[in-house]
Amino acid sequence: MTDTMEIVLSMQHISKHYVGIQALDDVSVDFRKGEVHALIGENGAGKSTLIKMISGAEVPDSGKLVFGDREFDKMTPHLAQNMGVATIYQEFNLFPTLTVAENIYMGDEMVSDDSPRFYHKNRYLEKAKEVLDRVNIAVRPGDYVEDMTTAKMQLVEIAKAVARDARILIMDEPTAPLSTKETEYLFELIGTLKRQGVTIIYISHRLEELYRIADRLTIMRDGRKILTSDTKEISRKELIRHMANREVEEIDFVSDAERGKVILEVKNVSGNGLHDISFCVHAGEIFGLGGLLGAGRTELARLLFGADRMESGQLLMDGKEILVKSPNQAVSLGIAYVPEDRKHHGALLTLPISWNITLPILKRISFRGFIRKKEERQIVEAQRDNLRIKASGMEQNVNSLSGGNQQKVVLAKWLASSPRLLILDEPTRGVDVNAKQEIYQLIGEFARQGMAIIFISSEMEELLNISDRMMVLNEKKIAGFLEKEEYSQNRVLAMASGLT
Amino acid sequence: MKFGFLKIIRKYAILIVLIVLILVFSVLSPAFATFNNAMNVVRQISMMGIVTVGFTFILLGGGLDLSVGSQMAVMNVVVAMLIRDLDLNPVLAILIGIAMTTAIGWFNGFAISKTGIPPLIATLAMQTALRGASFILSKGRPVYGVPDSIKFIGQGYILGIIPIPGVILAVVIAFGIILLNKTYLGRHFYALGSNPEATRLSGINIHFTRTMTYTLNGFLTGIAALVMMTRVGSGQPNAADGFEMNVLTAAVLGGVSINGGKGSITGAMVGAVIIGVLNNGMSICGANDYWQKVITGLVLFVVVVLDSLSQAKRKDS
Repeated sequence: MTDTMEIVLSMQHISKHYVGIQALDDVSVDFRKGEVHALIGENGAGKSTLIKMISGAEVPDSGKLVFGDREFDKMTPHLAQNMGVATIYQEFNLFPTLTVAENIYMGDEMVSDDSPRFYHKNRYLEKAKEVLDRVNIAVRPGDYVEDMTTAKMQLVEIAKAVARDARILIMDEPTAPLSTKETEYLFELIGTLKRQGVTIIYISHRLEELYRIADRLTIMRDGRKILTSDTKEISRKELIRHMANREVEEIDFVSDAERGKVILEVKNVSGNGLHDISFCVHAGEIFGLGGLLGAGRTELARLLFGADRMESGQLLMDGKEILVKSPNQAVSLGIAYVPEDRKHHGALLTLPISWNITLPILKRISFRGFIRKKEERQIVEAQRDNLRIKASGMEQNVNSLSGGNQQKVVLAKWLASSPRLLILDEPTRGVDVNAKQEIYQLIGEFARQGMAIIFISSEMEELLNISDRMMVLNEKKIAGFLEKEEYSQNRVLAMASGLT
Repeated sequence: MKFGFLKIIRKYAILIVLIVLILVFSVLSPAFATFNNAMNVVRQISMMGIVTVGFTFILLGGGLDLSVGSQMAVMNVVVAMLIRDLDLNPVLAILIGIAMTTAIGWFNGFAISKTGIPPLIATLAMQTALRGASFILSKGRPVYGVPDSIKFIGQGYILGIIPIPGVILAVVIAFGIILLNKTYLGRHFYALGSNPEATRLSGINIHFTRTMTYTLNGFLTGIAALVMMTRVGSGQPNAADGFEMNVLTAAVLGGVSINGGKGSITGAMVGAVIIGVLNNGMSICGANDYWQKVITGLVLFVVVVLDSLSQAKRKDS
């Protein structure tokens, strides 16, 4: 018993400040030998930053890391590897066109004894086989990574860690891409590693599975550690309360638009991984879409906008069935979409503000193919005043603007098209506080004008304050609906985590 | 103040290069700075200039077409054969020829847009196939028999001094400038090259837009091919060999980005004039064709490097 209490890594008083955010605030955690230690918390609680400190991807402003009898102010990726740390991120770090064996030993080149210039293919395969057998991983060393399923790739990542004799294995949402059966297999493997004395630091949003595999857990919120506890000693309810119980940011917002008739009705829609989604949105309504990362919110938005194809189901607009096979059709039906990824999907950064704003309606304001420049200028100026876009001129390129102003340009682009349904996917991401408030006021204004709005946000306060009604998704299915009176952080989080 | 001065220098760098080139060649050879030679340069660059306009559309949209030279050759051979062997009305033959290059351009764009294959590879394949086809059709020999009635297009003058190819070029330039600055289609070209996914998500039919850049380029290449055929007076299967390199160099030299979304017709035309002056000046000074290739290649290399550097710099800032 004393053996299992041995501390392999002690993080002491770690703080990290980024511009505008205290990402980590005096966090101290001990990790024991051979335990599965879960890190939990909402998006932005500081879990990822914490593991980056261990893997050496980021360095702390203050505090230290103690590995056994060695103390460090900071890690580097190389040092972390020497200390026996291995990290499996959600994005795998594999070479798809190489074999499993080559991936496992990448960086540790093996050469044959008689001719040191040539690498020795068979020895790779033999050694890889040994490693795979040691933890009973069912992957063939000679297979190419690109031909494998995601689950198998993850196993290769684990094998890499085993081959390097990792003592601390960090796994970031390892079950997110796995099926139930694959998850079972992974848990078995985690058990094997544990018995061999490997410490596993486990990040997951799926609270259910923590109770199955985690020995202890640490709850984080707003960059601080809330508590560390044995998993058995904390109830689900308490867990959620600790995760959600954050200081609520004041959002000065009242949604006072009248709810009109149904604009969009979604009936049994599947596709893009989503399963059987049905709901409707009314004129003047701000319909919130909640859920954790990967719950399928963006996927749903893209289906409605025709950016991806629906597999089955029906969309009705004003009670009439519509077909949305492309964004082109969506726009002509009056559907607008402000995407999550502003830089890649929203704005045309290398082009002028004015060109961005009129892009969706350019054809509409043209006569026989020629743009009516006067009308274009009027529209651009109206949107500039409407959204208070701050720039020296409308001919300025969008990439020279601040994040908030870039987002306003994207909003302006869609408002100019006077849509009936506006889908906002994380509209305040990467935007400063003032611009955020302005965007909220604008959303309220759009609702008053009778637009139906679908509002997606990962920020809980924002979602609760801005939306009038909400649908929560969990693992690409509907977890439930909430009316405004029923709103609470606990309920949303419970639904989003699949604990209804 | 100093910053402003540098900015002006950078903006007009390409014009300054052109002026320096003209001065250097004027000093090196008395035959260079003459009115006759200037008209000569106009004739020489007219074909390249016409294709550069179409090529600029493609580059703005984020594409590339290496098959323009071969398109011209196959058009020349086919039109000359239609006239010689089938005794077709020359005007009809020309229309068929231009329709053919337009269709080839459309096919390039359609295939690239629908399959997502890299334009470099797709049009390199087209370049090779079309070149082969023009040799097969002509059995590897020049096709004579282009009637005198249409030779004025490549050889004639307006008002006795201005070469007709120059006039055609002027019309094509005007077309290009109007399309890019006044029409929504032109604006869509820029949007497509700047960010294709954001453009698609703005409700633009990007397949149509992309295909249009290639189709218009095919059409303009057909017009340039007409000038070439009527100037040479025959359909040559090896005509316009390496033409795409001159056109690409001219456009990129003139500030059209190989990464799409940035550039103008006027810039590309200055680039075309520089390449024209460079080639003309070098031949007047006695440098042979091979040297011209070496120089054009080096110029292309340097301007592409500069273009990439300025892109990287913009991403950093």
